[in-house]
Amino acid sequence: MLRMSLSRLALVAAVSALVGQIGLAQAQDKIRIGYAISKTGPFAGGAGVTTLPNYQLWVKDVNAAGGISVGGKKLQIEIVEYDDRSNSEEAVKAIERLGTQDKVDIILPPWGTGLNLAVGPTLNRLGYPHLAVTAATDRAPEMAKRWPNSFWFLGPSKAGAAALSEVLGKLKSENKIGAKVAMISVADAFGIELATAARAAFKSAGLELALDKTYPIGTQDMQALLKDAMATGADAFVAFSYPPDTIAITDAARILNYNPRVYYTAVGTAFPVFKGKFGASAEGVMGVGGWNVDSPALQAYFKRHTEVIGREPDRWASPVTYVSLQMLQQAIERVGKIDHAAIIKELQTGTFDTIMGKIKLADNIMPVVWWVGQWQKGEFVGLAPTSYEGAKSPLFPKPEWAK
Amino acid sequence: MLLLDILISGLVLGGMYALISMGLTLQYGVARIMNLAYGEFLVGAAFLAFWLYTAPGISPLAGLVLAVPLAFLANWAIYRWLLTPLVRRAKSRGQLEVDSILATFGLLFIVQGIALVIFGGQYYSYGYLSVPVTVLGTTLALNRLLAFVFAALIGVGLYIALTRTRTGTAIRAIAVNPTAASLVAIDVRTASAFAFALGGALVAVGGVLVSMFLTFNASMGVVFTMKALIVVIVGGVGNVMGALVVGLALGVIETAVTRLVDPGLTLAVTYALFMIVLLVRPQGLFGSALR
Repeated sequence: MLRMSLSRLALVAAVSALVGQIGLAQAQDKIRIGYAISKTGPFAGGAGVTTLPNYQLWVKDVNAAGGISVGGKKLQIEIVEYDDRSNSEEAVKAIERLGTQDKVDIILPPWGTGLNLAVGPTLNRLGYPHLAVTAATDRAPEMAKRWPNSFWFLGPSKAGAAALSEVLGKLKSENKIGAKVAMISVADAFGIELATAARAAFKSAGLELALDKTYPIGTQDMQALLKDAMATGADAFVAFSYPPDTIAITDAARILNYNPRVYYTAVGTAFPVFKGKFGASAEGVMGVGGWNVDSPALQAYFKRHTEVIGREPDRWASPVTYVSLQMLQQAIERVGKIDHAAIIKELQTGTFDTIMGKIKLADNIMPVVWWVGQWQKGEFVGLAPTSYEGAKSPLFPKPEWAK
Repeated sequence: MLLLDILISGLVLGGMYALISMGLTLQYGVARIMNLAYGEFLVGAAFLAFWLYTAPGISPLAGLVLAVPLAFLANWAIYRWLLTPLVRRAKSRGQLEVDSILATFGLLFIVQGIALVIFGGQYYSYGYLSVPVTVLGTTLALNRLLAFVFAALIGVGLYIALTRTRTGTAIRAIAVNPTAASLVAIDVRTASAFAFALGGALVAVGGVLVSMFLTFNASMGVVFTMKALIVVIVGGVGNVMGALVVGLALGVIETAVTRLVDPGLTLAVTYALFMIVLLVRPQGLFGSALR
């Protein structure tokens, strides 16, 4: 009974979404950009932090500067927005609708690895460029080959594990930490991929896993897991976690006064809510992400984001999202018309001037992805890959949790 | 002492489960409204607590003074104007359940939509009373311990009120058989509205208290609805003591599985128990009626 009513309600929602479309002006002096994003459902948290604010900021920035120049004319951006309800079928349907009914000029991607993989075939068939920004998967090179219109901005998770073992391996070679690492991971796509990659990467860096446990998504009490981690006596603690877990784990670690010399939590560590909640206790916590804090362009971006959106960006994929949009704009302007094939070609081969400096994609993959960052004096600085411009050395050992 | 440690941490986790479930058991068991928007109200209360704490700096515990009466009135109004027409036209308990599921499913989107417009989709978290306390050698977060204490007080208090007072007896009578209850001059409609509103007030207590330690966002309500539903069904629909005991037991079982077996299996064990109870004792461990 519930099933039937659910599908009926879905129908109502779909109809009302369509009705909302009628009456949209089809003026020639606009460039219409559409996207489906998770405004509700479990992905809304990630989309609301990383993706949506940057779409809004970029549209505002571009329109304030007159618009996108296409063939000597400045076109204002007009937005067509759908909620994919964190559901891959909905996302695919919405992309289909954007491409075939709304006939928008450009389609922006949804949030998350899963949804980007889900809409990949549709965007490929429709021929739109696909900026898979918030997608971190080891299949990125394979996908880029299969769908030449797709561009992957967070790299493979293998690189994430490699960067983390680079940091840990160096500390071990300096005899600052022992070989033992306590690792926990969330039993969901990104957590599984990272943990799998880390098992191999840690081994080759001479590290051994004293604890290797997974927990189900949505676990609300982390104390039990942390007690196991404490019992191992490992100097380094690594959690491949999602945002709510990241906060719950850190909260529990503080309560238990579990203060390993290296403390790393994954997704969410770079979110403003983390700093907001833990304040001085965040000092020395490592996590996924980071940025070059010395870059004036990025500093300006942070300031603008905070002013326009009303809160700080996350320190991982937020600037990358903005970079992808800058690249898109420049590609359109260089092509001079809405010619998807030509725009895709330009994105594949061009070099773009962005807030992260000059960016040229290599085989459709973003070359600069910060994988390890650390809160240092209230800012989430990039630590690794250590070869990047602006990479800092880690604050070691992690200071005591603030009282 | 590993076992004692598991027991204490488990009870505290279970206290949270019980706390978020007792409101639903009243709404579903007595007022016969399967409230799918339950979790949304919980998140709504969490947002209220967050807002009170961050803007005027009112502590969540003081915030309860505002949140609880507000939730009581709001839920009373919802029952009075939104759900009473459904109750009136429903020919059977089954039909009322289906209708209330549909209506509250719509309500879910309204409440969630309002929260999205005001707060956006991002995560919220703040810390209040996030300080360690040691109970019999086990370190606990004070805010979680507090949620457990509230759950125990509310559970026992409600149990006494329902079994020892006249109004309580009337409410229990409705839970058992609304038609027969009206035959013995119980005002079923008013008492049902009261039970629904009381359930709503309990949700608010739960929402305010869990906001002190859980990370939440506007679309997280369903997580709480699901957890509460499991506790309510296993404990016996409408049985406050059942919700308390099962909530606590669930916490202990999850903690034991995490520490002794594997954390990856906690969900599997939870749902396995849920299924066993549905198969063996569909009316729930504590029977179908309030005791």
